[in-house]
Amino acid sequence: MSASTRRRKLLSGLFVAFCAASVLLALIPLALVLFFVVSQGIQSLNVAFFTHMPAPVGEPGGGMANAIVGSLILVGLGALFAIPVGILSGVYMSEYAGTRFASLVRFAADTLNGVPSIVIGVFVYGIAVLPFKHFSALAGGLALGIMMIPIIARTTEELLLLVPGTMREGALALGATHARAVFTVVVPSALQGIVTGIVLAIARIAGETAPLLFTSLNNGFFSTKLTQPISSLTVQVFAYANSPYQDWHRQAWAGALVLVTIVLTCSLLARIATRRLEGINPR
Amino acid sequence: MKRPDNLGFRVGTGLFGLVLVLIVAAIGVELFRQSSLSIQKFGLNFWRTQTWDPVAGEFGALPFIWGTLYSSVLALLIATPISLGIAVFISELSPNRLKPALVFVTELLAAIPSIVYGLWGIFVLVPAVRALETALPQALKALPFFSGPPFGVGMLSAALILAVMVIPFTSSIAREVLKAVPIAQREGAYALGATPLEAIGAALYYARTGIVGAVMLGFGRALGETMAVTMVIGNNPRISLSLLAPQHTMASALANEFTEADTALYLSALIEIGLVLFIMTLIINSLSRLLIWSMARPMRQSAAGVVVPAAESAA
Repeated sequence: MSASTRRRKLLSGLFVAFCAASVLLALIPLALVLFFVVSQGIQSLNVAFFTHMPAPVGEPGGGMANAIVGSLILVGLGALFAIPVGILSGVYMSEYAGTRFASLVRFAADTLNGVPSIVIGVFVYGIAVLPFKHFSALAGGLALGIMMIPIIARTTEELLLLVPGTMREGALALGATHARAVFTVVVPSALQGIVTGIVLAIARIAGETAPLLFTSLNNGFFSTKLTQPISSLTVQVFAYANSPYQDWHRQAWAGALVLVTIVLTCSLLARIATRRLEGINPR
Repeated sequence: MKRPDNLGFRVGTGLFGLVLVLIVAAIGVELFRQSSLSIQKFGLNFWRTQTWDPVAGEFGALPFIWGTLYSSVLALLIATPISLGIAVFISELSPNRLKPALVFVTELLAAIPSIVYGLWGIFVLVPAVRALETALPQALKALPFFSGPPFGVGMLSAALILAVMVIPFTSSIAREVLKAVPIAQREGAYALGATPLEAIGAALYYARTGIVGAVMLGFGRALGETMAVTMVIGNNPRISLSLLAPQHTMASALANEFTEADTALYLSALIEIGLVLFIMTLIINSLSRLLIWSMARPMRQSAAGVVVPAAESAA
């Protein structure tokens, strides 16, 4: 083996080693974050965390019942805003895929997807907080909804385009209108995938904090009023993490554990569903 | 297409598409409208001056722009080689059986909420960074990059956390782009006796436009990242080259000060920061999408490859 071949092989070996090391390097922070969230969070996670209100400073225990309910309400509101707009605009993009307006909608969806969540928060503050002069759960839900729309729309579009054209043609040949063919044949056959997209969108926004900071704000009390500020897990974790109190830090870790569990469960479910889907609908 | 029910369907669904377009337009218009006070008062000086003193009514946003760009560039310097390494490993080197697991694990990095990264950052990363900064040799401390006392919170912690958060995005797009390189290209290289480095290097070169797009997409993500950065960067609006110095970004300024803005001018100045952040990410993301598209158009993958694995694996 000549010297130059040896050098080439050595360089190549180094490169392969670097690539493998990159994967390991990326796994380190993941493992560390998960390790600390689980080990720190589990210590203060108990039934009271889910059923009790936050304890005052200096009093150990307490929970985040209001924040958990608040988060559920906010995510629910977001889904309520986003699912119709997301699915129907997705239908438009796939049914009229070649048109200029569909491209514009697609561009808008991708753009919206890249807008920083804090900017969405500022925007919603301008349209839904300032005019009414107070923070509200509705504004928070709207901010989360705006973030969900592009995810749902693009997933719906992608999955509808995967439905074989023969199914649509079959429905049309039987005399169905275009709308009927789409809503009774095409959409249902892609439904599982669309639901998966919704679950993923929920997984993504359930952990959002920035768009809630000045829309739904926070609330120290138990509130389900949509026109009032409402507490959320993420904002509460943020407030506790920035506080100087040990008890609150522990609560923050517990909150983080709940968040990570929710988000990872959703992602995992979506992943399994996707795998199944690919089995049914291979390309 | 001439039947009225088809028209109704087209208009009906099209209206919802229009909602999407309107939201994006409304974000721009609304942010511009709300920041008019600050734009009129300060003009371009807003972006040229460094004094941020809400009490005195002085608003110069240069430190925030600096903090955003500096932290994002540092994060990219760390994240880009690692992301490309991961992309190459998954798409070119790893055994097929391992691929789905590796893809899933890197996607998990994107799934963890920003606030959780921030919490971890405050209590685990920052103390570790502080210890590292304290242990820095004196010779290094003479450099402008390492001057100042070791706080732990500051540019270095922010850049590290940002890098971790950007990696899944860049690597997933880079992987997609590599997928678009014809197999025959590598086979040709191997047939000519190329080593893996040479064959993959050729593939990377072929995919260079898309790779640049992937890196830019990561840049766009880093610019707007808020919570984790806010929690570890130290929130000090002062321009410094030092990695040890607490600084501020545009996003962290918004997160920290928005609810404290007690005058109309203060609020307007903050919203102007939001407006510019919006425009910056808009330009970067559009450019990156253009580059990725030109490379991998047949794959119709969304810029959200990471957050939409369903769509991505369908691609």
